[in-house]
Amino acid sequence: MMEIRIHGRGGQGNVVAAYLLASAAFEDGRYCQAFPAFGAERRGAPVVAFVRVSGKPILQRNEVKAPSFMIIQDETLLHEKGLTDGLKPDGGILINSSLDPAEISRRHGIEMIAIPATQMAIEHVGRPVPNVALLSAFLEMTGLLTHGALKKALEERFSGHVLDNNLRLAHQAAKAVGKDLWKEKADAASA
Amino acid sequence: MRQALEGSLAVAKAVALCRPGVVAAYPITPQTHIVENISKLVADGDLETELVSVESEFSAASVVLGAAAAGSRAYTASSSQGIMLMAEVLFNIAGLRIPMVLTCANRAVGAPLNIWNDQTDSMAVRDSGWIQLYCADNQEAVDSLIQAYRISERTEIPVMVCMDGFILTHTLEVIDIPDQGQVDAYLPEFRFQRRLDPSDPISLGALVTPEHFSEVKHSQHMAMFKALPEIVEADKDFEAQFGRCCGGLLTEHGDEEATVAILTLGSIYGTLRAAMDAHKPRKKVKLIHLRCFRPFPEAALLAALDGVKDLIVVERALSPGLGGIVGTEIKAVLSTARKPPHVHNVAVGLGGRDVPLDILPRLLEALKDGTATEFSIFDADLSKLPEEDR
Repeated sequence: MMEIRIHGRGGQGNVVAAYLLASAAFEDGRYCQAFPAFGAERRGAPVVAFVRVSGKPILQRNEVKAPSFMIIQDETLLHEKGLTDGLKPDGGILINSSLDPAEISRRHGIEMIAIPATQMAIEHVGRPVPNVALLSAFLEMTGLLTHGALKKALEERFSGHVLDNNLRLAHQAAKAVGKDLWKEKADAASA
Repeated sequence: MRQALEGSLAVAKAVALCRPGVVAAYPITPQTHIVENISKLVADGDLETELVSVESEFSAASVVLGAAAAGSRAYTASSSQGIMLMAEVLFNIAGLRIPMVLTCANRAVGAPLNIWNDQTDSMAVRDSGWIQLYCADNQEAVDSLIQAYRISERTEIPVMVCMDGFILTHTLEVIDIPDQGQVDAYLPEFRFQRRLDPSDPISLGALVTPEHFSEVKHSQHMAMFKALPEIVEADKDFEAQFGRCCGGLLTEHGDEEATVAILTLGSIYGTLRAAMDAHKPRKKVKLIHLRCFRPFPEAALLAALDGVKDLIVVERALSPGLGGIVGTEIKAVLSTARKPPHVHNVAVGLGGRDVPLDILPRLLEALKDGTATEFSIFDADLSKLPEEDR
């Protein structure tokens, strides 16, 4: 079973990101579970959501404390103490940042892959919602699910030009990262 | 059809499949998404129902009372303080023997203010006369809702379907939503014999003097026991129609010859099942999910506990000044049993505290070293409290 933790701020589509990833897993024939850990809900407040993907039914409902991967939608969250705690030693962090991956990794003393997801979203969707770009980049690197599965999940949620724009955004975001860069990590985590 | 759905949306779809004539509810976290999704189904033209927007939960419960009394299939949902505000009407609905279904998205009751999950709200109205079914997962929340209408309409007892707030309501997972045709075949049209009908007037809710009150209560009490086989049969017939069931009154999992049993209600059951796979206890252990809490399934529980020496009751509620609610009831029920197990009782996961997988080995360890003998809030960190409050 693969466990993923998504960090963001209220209003960034953190829960939607978790639901989209789990829905894509379902479209690819897996079992899935996604749920938020809400604080007092408000725009801008740090929020966390969890995703589990498995070939077998998922029984437990506890929070994901030791994720294989983390997706961080807002760079400023890294100033929160303990944000990356629990990440598995061979895990990976994907962060929304316009900084060079080497630079942001050096600044925070932990290795990360970065894409400018907010800028990409503003360019293609016209709103600063980084979730779809990050999910697409995550799938490109891990090969956990097909891009077609994410497309189906997006089609379930959006339509018309919003869907078209999001599909273009997903396509561009995938090109911003190395294909299968985390495939070995992902295969090991899923085993 | 199998879909990846948020629990609340799945429940809203299940409500629509039951074709309610009237829905009235007031939004409260974590129930809100259920009502929002029902509103959306109505707005989109996918559900034809009289959706009544009200100014409080007291009114919501009163509207569905009136609607069901007039012969409409009625639905409402609430949580926490909302259930508290409904409490007076809940007793009336059950006492008047009016069939209907309510989803309780279980949440802690303030103070202190807390929006997260525990089961204090439904436990606080356990004596209201409603049947209470607790759901282990979202599939059960959907399936129990459909079954609840059948049980309620056959027994003329209202049914409260309890699902853990956030942990189920806000979790997206793979859920099978039945076809309308299958639900129609399972759930006959609602015909309420004692409905209020201007062409054949009756009085509902008359004053009952001491001369008859005890007899009315006796009949209500007996009707609850008669509901036990109806609950079992509703689940069996559901299985025949849909190919899956909710375990009837309770579900057992694990070693049939277990000497240790762990009983719980609601979504902790799934976590405990995963913990059994992860930790593989050396002792022979079984898990019991108590689905039906009212009426209390005494015979089924005694049968499940045959051969069990130690029972750990793990509950998500607290009666301050006593301890566990479910645990205390089970001790009472077992007091007349021939070889009763030793009952240990803990509360966990209050106010949304995460219940991790290692809860299982920790409980079994506490059983071994004797710290589980007295009731405790098992996951409370007493170091957070001043010395005098520990």
